Amino acid sequence: MSSSSDFLRQLPDSAAHFSRAESFWRRIHIDPVLLLLLLLLTGFGLFALYSGSGQSLAVVKRQLAFYFIAYCAMFTVAQLDMKLLCRWAPWFYGIGIVLLILVYIVGVQAKGAQRWISLGFIRFQPSEVLKIAVPVAMAAYFSSRMLPPKLKHIIAALIIVGLPAVLILKQPDLGTSILIAASGLLVLFLAGLRWRYILGSFCLLGASAWPIWNYVLHGYQKQRILTLFNPEADRFGAGWNTIQAKIAIGSGGLNGKGWLNGSQSQLDFLPESHTDFIIAVLAEEFGFVGVVALLALYFAIVSRGLFIAWTAQTTFNRLLAGSLILTFFVYIFVNVAMVGGLLPVVGVPLPLVSLGGTSLVTLMLAFGILMAIATDTNKPSN
Amino acid sequence: MLGSAANKSSYDSDHHHFKDHVSEHRLFKRRVVVSLLLLLAALLVLILRFHTLQIEQYEDYVTQSDNNRLQVRPIPPNRGLLIDNRGRIIAENKAIRTLSLVVERVDDLDATLKELSELVDISTRNTENFQKALKWRRRPYEPVPLKFKLSDDEVARIAVNEHRLDGVELTGQLVRYYPYHDLFAHVLGYVGRIDEREQGRFDEKQKQLYAGTQSIGKIGLERFYEDDLLGLVGQEKIETNARGRALRAVDSLAPQAGNDVELFLDIDVQKKAAELMQGRRGAVVAMELETGGVISMLSAPSFDPNLFVTGISSKDYRGLNENLDLPMFNRAIQAQYPPGSTLKPMLGLGGLENKIISEYSRVRDPGWYQLEGDDRLYRDWKKGGHGHEVDLYKAIVQSCDIFFYDLGHRMGVDLMHAFGEYFGLGERTNIDIPNERRGLWPSKEWKRNVRGLAWYPGNNLNMSIGQGDVLATPLQLAAMTVAMANQGKFIEPRLAKRVAGKETTKVVRSVYKGEQKNWDLVYKAMKDVVHSPRGTAQVLNKKLKFTMAGKTGTAQVVSIAQEGEYDSEALSERNRDHALFVGYAPVENPLIAVAVVIENGEKSSKAGAVAKGVMAAYLQNIHPLEFADVE
Repeated sequence: MSSSSDFLRQLPDSAAHFSRAESFWRRIHIDPVLLLLLLLLTGFGLFALYSGSGQSLAVVKRQLAFYFIAYCAMFTVAQLDMKLLCRWAPWFYGIGIVLLILVYIVGVQAKGAQRWISLGFIRFQPSEVLKIAVPVAMAAYFSSRMLPPKLKHIIAALIIVGLPAVLILKQPDLGTSILIAASGLLVLFLAGLRWRYILGSFCLLGASAWPIWNYVLHGYQKQRILTLFNPEADRFGAGWNTIQAKIAIGSGGLNGKGWLNGSQSQLDFLPESHTDFIIAVLAEEFGFVGVVALLALYFAIVSRGLFIAWTAQTTFNRLLAGSLILTFFVYIFVNVAMVGGLLPVVGVPLPLVSLGGTSLVTLMLAFGILMAIATDTNKPSN
Repeated sequence: MLGSAANKSSYDSDHHHFKDHVSEHRLFKRRVVVSLLLLLAALLVLILRFHTLQIEQYEDYVTQSDNNRLQVRPIPPNRGLLIDNRGRIIAENKAIRTLSLVVERVDDLDATLKELSELVDISTRNTENFQKALKWRRRPYEPVPLKFKLSDDEVARIAVNEHRLDGVELTGQLVRYYPYHDLFAHVLGYVGRIDEREQGRFDEKQKQLYAGTQSIGKIGLERFYEDDLLGLVGQEKIETNARGRALRAVDSLAPQAGNDVELFLDIDVQKKAAELMQGRRGAVVAMELETGGVISMLSAPSFDPNLFVTGISSKDYRGLNENLDLPMFNRAIQAQYPPGSTLKPMLGLGGLENKIISEYSRVRDPGWYQLEGDDRLYRDWKKGGHGHEVDLYKAIVQSCDIFFYDLGHRMGVDLMHAFGEYFGLGERTNIDIPNERRGLWPSKEWKRNVRGLAWYPGNNLNMSIGQGDVLATPLQLAAMTVAMANQGKFIEPRLAKRVAGKETTKVVRSVYKGEQKNWDLVYKAMKDVVHSPRGTAQVLNKKLKFTMAGKTGTAQVVSIAQEGEYDSEALSERNRDHALFVGYAPVENPLIAVAVVIENGEKSSKAGAVAKGVMAAYLQNIHPLEFADVE
């Protein structure tokens, strides 16, 4: 590393200079700050879940089991050598695409969508793989290119992102498709995509809104968007969730009704109260204070993630860490905005809090990668 | 492209190009800072959104949340009881089981209705009323009644299947019950289901008062004392879940039962009246002299008011409505009959008081009367007349028409009208039940305004024997008789003695103070109507163990042709004369006055017999110490 007045430069750059405690965490590839924040969040999540599930201990136990698996996955992935991950990135990505195509051929249908592959004992959603594979592939791609990227590289990158996004959109799974696209595009952004391209694409997006509305979106998706603007139009149908969530949130007030005292959630007015809409439970029972506390906790996690990206030693590490943590925030934003009635209802769970196995494991894999990056001892070659 | 990223050197990143790591890193850091700013902006948006919902719009959403979870259910009060003058209940409340549906919880209404109809007998009328009730006056999750009065058997069948019939509810409720069935139907009236018209007339306060209440007083005492009987609705705040299932009562306000109304009516006297009027059309009204209280009020034939409580079937209703005997018509207050000779004592007193006649005035009665310059013969009811020397006493005892034609001719309509008004003729008595008719006590103004005709001298004659245009209800006749027996004190009749334990007010409308000797003359004559061998009701004094005074009357239903003979056989039954009797007892110390009308009863003594029976029942039951054995 070159000498510089930049404060990062003042950090020790070799394991030999780390304190004993730090070197311990480095050796087991755990970022203690991130771990503590995650433990706080998941612990908090259990309380919310107990309430949101109608005080079901069974649900809490199930989630505990998921947490256990997810933490194990995180610790395992944290051990990964980033050099290897970068090298394997194309394979990883390729397998993901193959799986997505397989979904069309042997996929299991449920609720009008074909998203799963059945392995007999377990159902498996290939799009989850792409949530990691796409940013990894993008980071790997740009790590070997000159940055900021040139137009041909941008186009190549768009193909890397676009292929899985379109495949997933067709399942159909708009929410996941957007999130995966976001994770890839965030790499492009962090790689230094020129502002003129960014502004240009926003203009393009604005211009294509009409054809997207008419030719791309499914009827139910349009309905959800329309419902957002006028939930009363379909009080007991599509609008029900939005209305009831708003009532739950609003009636929580500043301090909330108290844990397990939320009438909206405890009396079944709020659907999906332990999955996608769990923040409404939280907002009702812990009030504005609780919501702000939760967002602060998320912000702390994201900050820590950005710090890891900031201090990462290689381009691959930086781009990947930045993308993963920003995608994590996108999840949070989409879920909270959706429940709060700012965005249409798309099936995005509240990260690490909503009940659910797959998304939890995927997220924790991402945090495992972040920890691997945080504790990566590979040095960039100059 | 992918291939190039896959080789080992790509991780070290400088395989193909020269890379400016410092500027690249700087670029990255700038992007991170931009990301952080955008992220903070996004967070701010979220926080502002939640601030809006949770702080600014808090009140609004709390209300919505409470509306969501809390359902206010009204608890209907128990209706006040109607009690006879000796504390016996004549209108009470009985528990019934009702089958209701909470439509919001029913998946498939038609299927559920079909299934229910297999379990219990559900008529088309039940379904119609149910569909009607669905359309109005309903809060979400409010049970809508489908069938009332389920039998124990039906209750059991529903209860067994209830678990698989979502939204089906069996509820208990109290409904009005009239244990004496048709005995008091007209005077009590009945409660019935609140209909759309009544619902539409309710103001906000009434809507509240009647929340949860299914029925309302329709006619009779039930209607008149509705406000007292109704009571105050209570309420219960129930916490319900999203599917409307009640979880717990959060708060409740107990209902306040309606006030009891204690009546002057006496079950035994009423029973006697009904027994004596059995198989006849007509009315009986008995009043207490001291209080003006109505001891008995009967209109025959009658009906069972219980039929109306939860909604009468169209078959039953048609049966009542199309019956030629008009069982639902309250003859005691609504039927207007020509009072006939029952007015004679009163008019006789009027003649004395106005010095038109004296106790010595005599009239020759050849059986007809003729006005100067008028060819028409005004006949006496008795062919051949009552002789040469008919005075007032004899004219009352034997009911001589000619004497009264003469009196009427000399008094004129104005005097007669004014005097009759003291005794309540032509005016509502203001009894405490609705729909009373006012009768007709003619005057020159009335005839000019209503008929557009002048008053002719002949009209005086008809009026003087209670015929022509004169009409009175049985209740008016009873009230007139009370005033006569009370030496001119007209008391408005009333049915309620105490409401909510508080005495009702006795209203003395007018007091006519006549000369004592005039009263005595009339009283003697009225007594001898019954007690003299020449009296028109002398048949009543057989085995009579108390003294009674009275006056018979017959009212023509059809006018007899000028020279025609009255032939009851030739007239159809319904064209025969009405038989009337008014009287009071005991003569020495009058306690009760009675008026009886038997439609097409012909012989006024038949009506007198009813009055006698009612008086006896009253004296025996209400004054048992003095009149232990009058029958």
